[in-house]
Order: sequence, then structure tokens, then C-alpha cells
Amino acid sequence: MTPAERLAGAPIQTPPAPPPPPSAPAAAALPIARVHVPPRSWRGDARAIKIVWRREMIRFGQDRLRIVTSLVQPFLFVLGTGLSRIASAGTHGVNLRTFVYPGVLCMAVMFTAMFSAASLVWDREFGFLREMMVAPVRRGSLVVGKCLGGATVAGAQGAIVIALAGLVDVPYDPGLIAAVFALQLLLAFSVTAFGVMAAARVSQMQSFMALMQMVIMPMFFLAGSLFPVSGLPRWLEILNRIDPLTYAVDPMRRIVFSHLHIAPAARQALDPGVTWWGWRVPTLVEAGVVAGLGALMLMVAIAAFSRGE
Amino acid sequence: MTQDPAAHRPSPPASFGRGVGSAPGDSAAGGRGAPAPAIRVRGLLKRFGDIEAVRGIDFDVHSGETFGFLGPNGAGKTSTINMLCTLSRPTAGGAQVAGHDVLTERDDVRRHIGLVFQDPTLDGYLTAEQNLRLHAELYGIERDAVALRMRQVLEMVGLWERRATRVNTFSGGMKRRLEIARGFLHSPRVLFLDEPTIGLDPQTRHSIWRYIRELKRAEGITIFLTTHYMDEAEYCQRIAIMDHGEIIVLDSPQALKASVGRDRVQIETDDDEAAIAELRRQFGIEATVAEGRVTFGVPEGAQFVPRLFSKLGAPIRSVSVARPSLDDVFMSYTGTTIRDAEASSADRLRPFARVMGAR
Repeated sequence: MTPAERLAGAPIQTPPAPPPPPSAPAAAALPIARVHVPPRSWRGDARAIKIVWRREMIRFGQDRLRIVTSLVQPFLFVLGTGLSRIASAGTHGVNLRTFVYPGVLCMAVMFTAMFSAASLVWDREFGFLREMMVAPVRRGSLVVGKCLGGATVAGAQGAIVIALAGLVDVPYDPGLIAAVFALQLLLAFSVTAFGVMAAARVSQMQSFMALMQMVIMPMFFLAGSLFPVSGLPRWLEILNRIDPLTYAVDPMRRIVFSHLHIAPAARQALDPGVTWWGWRVPTLVEAGVVAGLGALMLMVAIAAFSRGE
Repeated sequence: MTQDPAAHRPSPPASFGRGVGSAPGDSAAGGRGAPAPAIRVRGLLKRFGDIEAVRGIDFDVHSGETFGFLGPNGAGKTSTINMLCTLSRPTAGGAQVAGHDVLTERDDVRRHIGLVFQDPTLDGYLTAEQNLRLHAELYGIERDAVALRMRQVLEMVGLWERRATRVNTFSGGMKRRLEIARGFLHSPRVLFLDEPTIGLDPQTRHSIWRYIRELKRAEGITIFLTTHYMDEAEYCQRIAIMDHGEIIVLDSPQALKASVGRDRVQIETDDDEAAIAELRRQFGIEATVAEGRVTFGVPEGAQFVPRLFSKLGAPIRSVSVARPSLDDVFMSYTGTTIRDAEASSADRLRPFARVMGAR
């Protein structure tokens, strides 16, 4: 069985009707069904990743409020509607909502991913982390499982926003949807990895939430979610290029705009693309920046949990 | 020292619940027959900053034994358990658990131990069954065996009917029972119980001790537990009294109590003065009047009373014999009662133990 197949396994539910215990009366003679814990193996780690991931799914499925909020969040678009009248002069006839769409998508994904990572802080507080930490598996598997779980939940959130694309005049094109979906999934994983990395160090929920606010908001506003990334003041341009979220918003916008029928001048003004010293950064490199940072933070998180006693 | 790992491999899944149960001696052969102790601790030391929580202790726990760690809160019991179950690293010294070194063979130690912590470690949003299933997956238990094993442990702690209920809705006692079931799910060779009955009502405490005895009988499991309930320490085969990070004494409860020596005998008579004089003359015992009764100490109270009746002239209205309790033992070794010891050391060490345990 490949790991992928195992990941897709049946949900935790009542096990297939267990065979009745041997006829001996339970109290008199406890029937012995000794089990065996095998030495650590890659297979065992794969099972650990899968079950940690599945736990995230179960918990997300049970959290009604979180599902509702995740459905409501995308209506941040309302903001775009209100602003579009004010900003119509500078948009070359392109709906402002269309312009901010990639940013809103990223924002929704980031918040969901962060909340998933935050559950690790709760796990520590409620002791469940210990149950996982004493298991005979690599700590890394637990971290990877958690990141995959967070990425899945955040990816589902992103899918909802993608499904609403038509409302803001983004065409439902299979290529566009596939590319944007892949990008937001990558972002979801990286942001969860960042959150897990932070959760390894921060043990208080209040501190963690404050940290998240402190990180997400500037990242969102500096990433060019609300403005084109060319012709910026020097200081803002530097901050923009440092902001990792830039490298998720920009390629999404590029993909969206490539499917719009607008004048070249408008495209040039609204979607100038991120440049490094005059070199326009290709989409794949931008995706690579997001993936690379995610991988780096994942490794830091794994190291932190493996070391942490 | 190292045992043949094959000796502990269970028979293939096909025989689960059938062949093994019918041969009780066989199931115990894996762990108990081996000469190696279940736990071997040498010079174990843990320092948090300036404070030595555990000060270089040595002891062995025999295979199949119920071993109690007795002491006030903050004595270093939890710090010791954390080191033995690889949750924290010793500052110095070392230990072997189930034949594996806690420093160099951490995964092997983890495979062979079960843990029930003082603080709950269940996921309240999952059902009892989901919690166990998660545990089984983390420990890599054969899939074919999980369902039967899960049913077995849930039935043992009386939670089979509640298996599909979310743990959040459980009472404290139910949660603790579920944790014991979980700690035992993967057939560990050593089960660590950190204050398994703390904060529970007497009835639940009683049933938890019943499970512990059942576990021992069914699987020959070694049990290492900490407690600060003196009456519970009586259930252990051997106990170590720990105070201020050191093991003060280690022996069976009977031997410890015998080492305190004398049983307390109290008699009520019509004429106390005469009885005291008679005791001195007949037995050479100095008695005093305490709590309105003639009180004296003898090594074997129960055997002394018949002689007392046959030889003492003065009529006796009532007699009571009190064996020394573990409270007396603790008192005689530490010079303080366990409650007083708790009051003084709890404030000092507990916060550190918690901070370190949180990770």
C-alpha cells in the first residue's frame, strides 16, 4: 500500500463489528489478546502521519462554528465592493474585487492555516501533546501530519473562495482553477508549517494569537494584495519583496489576469509582476520561494519538536 | 542484559484470544522468566536550575512486580517517571526500562511502556474509541488485532458501552479509566501510573486498583506507580519512600512496617493503675494511660493479646491492637508526616516539575 492510499483510508468510525470475545466470562478470566508494538519503521511513521492528519479532519468536522466562520470569511469581498466606487479611477475599468481576489484568497487560507497550527498550543495545554510525544514514532511524523492536516483544512477553505470566483468576474477556467488551487495549497502548507514552528516555542494561546496577528496583518498589507507592486516607494518595495506572501499573491494575480480580456495598458498597470533588480520573477520561481520557505520552516519545526523534551 | 526480542513476539494474529489465554504460564514467560529487572536505575539525577529534583537514586524493579513510589508532592516522583519514560533527559546517571536504555534506545523503551499521567492527556473532542484508535495507530499495532484488543480494554474498564461518546462528556473517573485502558492497549511490559487515583472518589479508586490487579494477573505486566496515598501503597509488593529527591527506604510494606517495630495495644480496664502494675510485673512492659486507655507497644500485638488475657489478673473490658501504618513508617524515616512534608515542599518544587513536564 502506498502512503497516498493509506492517507485516503476509511475514516475512524466504529470498527467492523469485532468478533465476540471468547466465551469465557470476562470477569473470571480476562481473554488475552496480546498485541505487539513493532520497532520504529517508515511504515509506522506513515501511519502516524496519517492518524495525526485524520484527527485534524475529525476535529474540523466536529467544529461547527469553525465551519460556519470559514464559509462566511470570504465575504470580505463586500469590502471590495464598497471600495470599488472610490478606487474606480485607478483600476482601468477592472473591477477592484477582481484585483483584490488573490489577496483575499490568500488571507482566508492564511487565517485557517494559522488556526490549525494554533491547535497545537491547545494540545500542549490540555496534555494531549504528551500522548503523541511519548509514542514510538519520529516526532517529525507528528509535525508533518499536523502540517498536512492544517494544509488540508486551509486548502478546503481556499477551495470555497475559488468556488466563489465567478462573483468577482474571475472566469471558471479549468487551467486557472487548477493553478490557483495548487498555489493556495502550497501557501496553506507553508503557513501551517510556520504556525507549527511558532507553536513549538510559544506555549500560551494568548501569546500565539498575538504573534499571529502581528505576522498576518503586515504580511497581508505588504504583499501587494491591495496595490500593484510596481512604482512603489523604495522602502515599501523592499518590504514588499521581503514579504513571503508576495510570492503567493503575485503568481495568482498573474494567472487570473491572463484569463481576463483587458487592455495591455491596464494589465501593465495592475499586474506588473514582482521584479528582483529589474528581473521579472517567473511564476515557478515564486512558487519555489513559497515552497522553499515552507520546507525550511517545517524542518525547523521538526528539529524543535525532536529536541524539545 | 539485553533480552532476546523474539521471546516477546506474540504468536501470529490467527491465534489471538484463543491459544494464548489457555496457557497462562506461557503468556508470562516472555517478561517474567528473564532475569533482567523490568527497570534498573543507577545514579539517576535531575537538576532544574539550582534545584536537584532527583538526587542520584538507584533501584531495581523486578519483572512482574507492582512497585510503588511513595512520597509527598514535589519529592521528585514525577521527575523520576518522566526520565524513565524518556520524556526528559537525566542530568546524570541512567536507567534501563524493559531492557532498553532510556538515553540511547528511547524508541525501544517507548514501545514497551504504557503511561498514565497525572494530568489528563485525552483528546476531549474525540470519542473514547477514536482516542484508542489513535493510540493504536501511533504505536503501529497490527490492524487485525486492534478491534479485539480495543474491545477488551474498554470492557475491562467498563466503558465499552460508552465507546462512541465524546470524552469531553466523561466524568473524571471515566477519563482516568479510559487513560488506563489506553496505557495498556499496546500490551506494554511496564505500565507507569503517575498518581492514578488522585482526585477520584473512593469507589473509582477501588475499581482502578481492581484493574491494576487484573492487568497483572492477565499479562504479567510490571506496574510502576507513584502515589501519596498511604493506604494505596499497601497494594504494592515493594515501595520506595522518596523525599527531597532521595530514596529514603525501599522494601515491602510489611517489612517497612515491621521495621517500625511495635504494634500499639490499648486496653480498657476497671482499674488502670492495677493493670499497669500487673503489666510491669508479668511482662516487663511499661504502659501509660493515653486517650483514657492503658496503652503500650509490643512487637507482635495479635500474638500478645492471648497471653495478656491468660496472665493479666485485672478484668479487661475491651482491647484494640493497631498495626503500624505506612504513615508511621513515613514518620519514622523522615521525622514528619506526609501531609506536613507536602505543605513544605510542594511550593518549592511543583512549579518546576510542571514546567518541565509540559513539553
